Amino acid sequence: MSVPHALLALLSDGPKYGLRLHNEFVSRTGEVWPLNVGQVYTTLQRLERDGLVEADDGESERSRKRYRITATGHRELADWLRTPPDLVPPPRDELVIKVLVALQIPGIDIHELLQVHRRHVIETMQRYTQVKAAAAEDDTALALVADAELFRLEAIVRWLDAADVRLKQQPPLAPAAEADPSLEPTDPMEVSQ
Amino acid sequence: MTCALELRQVSKVYGSGPTEVRALSDVDLSVERGELVAIMGPSGSGKSTLLTIAGSLEQATSGQVLVDGVDLATLSRSDQARLRRRSIGYVFQDFNLLAGLTAVENVILPLELDGVGAKAARATGLEAMGQLDIADHADRYADELSGGERQRVAITRAIVGERGLLLADEPTGALDSVNGEAVMRLLRAATRRGVAGVVVTHEAQLASWADRVVFLRDGHVVDQTVAPPGPESLLAAGERR
Repeated sequence: MSVPHALLALLSDGPKYGLRLHNEFVSRTGEVWPLNVGQVYTTLQRLERDGLVEADDGESERSRKRYRITATGHRELADWLRTPPDLVPPPRDELVIKVLVALQIPGIDIHELLQVHRRHVIETMQRYTQVKAAAAEDDTALALVADAELFRLEAIVRWLDAADVRLKQQPPLAPAAEADPSLEPTDPMEVSQ
Repeated sequence: MTCALELRQVSKVYGSGPTEVRALSDVDLSVERGELVAIMGPSGSGKSTLLTIAGSLEQATSGQVLVDGVDLATLSRSDQARLRRRSIGYVFQDFNLLAGLTAVENVILPLELDGVGAKAARATGLEAMGQLDIADHADRYADELSGGERQRVAITRAIVGERGLLLADEPTGALDSVNGEAVMRLLRAATRRGVAGVVVTHEAQLASWADRVVFLRDGHVVDQTVAPPGPESLLAAGERR
């Protein structure tokens, strides 16, 4: 979540005080993304330094400053909205690594392990669904935020399901048993080659 | 308190000898009124078999099935049929509405089959349709309705009258995710009014509308979710990140 751009967006319909920006941020993201007031003020300071927002003159106390978006800020916001997010996954997905590691350990019931993670993900999904169920019908922003999380989590469940079927159809090769010493190279020259 | 549905050590075996297929093995499941339970599992895990046995559309090979505390095995065939008409509502993937009947005629079909007079049945049907905001379409023919509207009619038919148990097999069919969610909201609302609901689905998003998710694998119940903590726990999780 880009807090600077969210604040620029909130300023695009008129000048606002920091506290109001904080309240609008929290209500529009369905309170799913925690943000404290201090973060709002430090972000505003950075935006002001970079010329993306400007504050009313004459007030030194930050809580009494009213901020407005500049023309540069508008351009930055428009550019950011159209810039594709980074869709390349992190190099080592923790869940994938756990499953791959588990395949190397003798005696692990891989299907039981997949189920432990499936249950955990679905319990998390139940909580996001509760957020949607309890929300006001016209709270579209909250529904969009909850949907985004639910689709992301659902993709994990689908991966677990696919892994389950794949491992049932093609059980992985058992981890290599203790190496046969007769196959170990003994000649140091052989090793170096 | 008597459970709306209770399965005790239920097993179902199809065929015998080398062609024997064990669809369910020693399944225990209790669902109370007011509770929505989702059954999840891969293809062939026994989900649909569980539902048809719970709805007395099929008999278990062994074990007991109790609906509102009544053991189905103790009922005659005609009493079982009466129980199906009066106490159990079904929602199917392909809606199963009769195209030659209007929406309200589809809804009240189980009441009329049970001997309720046409006028009283229509009044009851319209009331149920009102609960699902579909009473305006009461006199339109089933094939004139959109997919979402037909599914609402199908759900209304399943809850009309005094039904205490609602069984749904992949009830969102081919609906898109937003309309599928609307169906789950309706099922959830029905259970909040005191009906016990069991939904079979392979979609995690739909299952997440349930109070409890039960996982089936190779005919066995292998796991279930615990009651989720409130949504406020998501905020705490966010702060930890």
